[in-house]
Amino acid sequence: MEKTELGIGPGIVRFLAGKCLRGVLLLFLVSGAAFWLVSMSPLDPLSANVGQTAMGSMSQEQIEKLQTYWGVGAPPAKRFLSWAGDFFRGDMGVSLLYRQPVARVIRVKLMNSLWLMAAAWVISGAVGFGLGILAGVKKGSAADRVISAYALVTASTPSFWLALVFLMIFAVWLGWFPVGLSVPIGMEAAGVTLADRIWHGFLPALTLSVTGISNIALHTREKMIQVMESDYVLFARARGESTGRIVWQHGVRNILLPALTLQFGSVSEIFGGSILVEQVFSYPGLGQAAVTAGLGSDVPLLLAITVISAAIVFVGNLAADLLYQVVDPRLSRERGRA
Amino acid sequence: MLEVRNLSVSFTRYEGVWRQTKQWAVRDLSLNVWAGEMVAVVGSSGSGKSLLAHAVMGLLPYNASRDGEIYYEGELLTEKRLRELRGREVVLVPQSVSYLDPLMRVGEQVQKGDKSPKARERCRQVLKRYGLGKETERLYPFELSGGMTRRILISTAVQEKPRLVIADEPTPGLHLEAARRVMSHFREIVDEGAGVLVITHDLELALLVADRIVVFYGGTNLEEAWAEDFADEKRLRHPYTKALFRAMPQNGFHPLPGVQPYGRELPEGCVFAPRCGECEARCHEPVYYRSVRGGMVRCWKEQSG
Repeated sequence: MEKTELGIGPGIVRFLAGKCLRGVLLLFLVSGAAFWLVSMSPLDPLSANVGQTAMGSMSQEQIEKLQTYWGVGAPPAKRFLSWAGDFFRGDMGVSLLYRQPVARVIRVKLMNSLWLMAAAWVISGAVGFGLGILAGVKKGSAADRVISAYALVTASTPSFWLALVFLMIFAVWLGWFPVGLSVPIGMEAAGVTLADRIWHGFLPALTLSVTGISNIALHTREKMIQVMESDYVLFARARGESTGRIVWQHGVRNILLPALTLQFGSVSEIFGGSILVEQVFSYPGLGQAAVTAGLGSDVPLLLAITVISAAIVFVGNLAADLLYQVVDPRLSRERGRA
Repeated sequence: MLEVRNLSVSFTRYEGVWRQTKQWAVRDLSLNVWAGEMVAVVGSSGSGKSLLAHAVMGLLPYNASRDGEIYYEGELLTEKRLRELRGREVVLVPQSVSYLDPLMRVGEQVQKGDKSPKARERCRQVLKRYGLGKETERLYPFELSGGMTRRILISTAVQEKPRLVIADEPTPGLHLEAARRVMSHFREIVDEGAGVLVITHDLELALLVADRIVVFYGGTNLEEAWAEDFADEKRLRHPYTKALFRAMPQNGFHPLPGVQPYGRELPEGCVFAPRCGECEARCHEPVYYRSVRGGMVRCWKEQSG
């Protein structure tokens, strides 16, 4: 029994294998769905990327060449399968818009996005958890009302709108932050400092955090109220334990697990939010690349981004499940017995 | 040691949108517990017994209001005084495993988070006293059996050297032998000089160990009798107690038809009147709790004495 407490054993391997199998299936279905949507799109890749005027001055031969390049006319199923086959072998193909290997485009964009999302993820998680606890413990107090009102307002605020407001206030009126991009304009890549990056990433990260906080805070508050009304907290009071000790020892202990699940689950929301926010701030991240690829029918890039994002979200959820299995004694011990 | 005088607990409820009504869960309840004595409050489920325990501990839910006085050692038990006593001199033994933190090891909970060697030693002794080994400390509440849970909950009380123990339904779900053993643990605490108030639905079990029995019905107490009084129906004072007596297996197993009233449906006069075979006109007026033949009763029929 002592050994299974760590939660590492044959059970967890089986658990992981099952999850991974499901993950692969998920990625296949998600990419299939994305492909289907793009092929249903009424956008004509040629007129979208080459332009109506340019096309007018082209010969039929040139147009046909371009049509083969964008894959117009080829049966969708065949295109998808040939893409999936290459992808499976590790070849993500070449981006039609950037004219670079998809892998390289994604690497650059992902690096830009990743730290933006990581910052928003950590800040919204930590602040949301703290505010949620405060509101839940002091349910009905002024602090609770302010926090709840804040959370409800931001939860119902679209992130792109908030991004516009922040942009207007902090970048345009106050001029504290740049209006867009991730590095100063016209500067060589080697000359970009960390401070530059933080300065450019601040507003997008802030926007993502502010909207991310509400979800975590509201859920944590709800859970904390439940814990504070539980029998074991009543008993802790009957035993003369102080409110501080009750919150710390019983409260946090019991809401940490659901909060972690939520936190890892929120990866998807941050990801989704980042697409819109990056667009508003012209931040050259994965989200912006996804929008460009979608509007420009850059199928290889779009599908690769879809798969990568789905994989990141999947890993987030998997991490939550795994943590639960390892940390919650009720789950780890029962598995040990089975 | 503990004296409860005219305790009432009510809940405010909304009926529709505008009308607010008060619902009585406990009404005009009085009892006392002396040091070295075990008093059992016996009543069927849903009669508001647990609220009595919570009221004494000062742990009523926020939408409940309390009337009446509670004295501890002759001193009015205020919120401030309670805060000093709670968990030290006055302890609660709750009714089920849900009162233990599901994610905390049992040992840590018995020690109330005190990790000093002294507390650990004390915890080990207490668990041993109840036949629980060292390995129990490392278990989580979900791993405990029903009987172990009871003993752990008692351990939390004994860890403190209490002077007054309030036990809320300590035996549900236990088979007779285990229930008897649990009750005998409370008797041991009494024999060490503490006062114990046991709240239970099991009259037979209460009779085995308690000194006095308080019969609880419809939110109030109908009778207070010595355990010995239950040897003979004639020594009992209230018709409901007599009905309980007759319902016991060794006394014929005659059940009493009907159900007890609750909250808003409580009758004006005697709460037992609707089910009482000897009910008459004056029973529909308020009935007072009077002392009769060394006990207490809330019934007109008995002559004061």
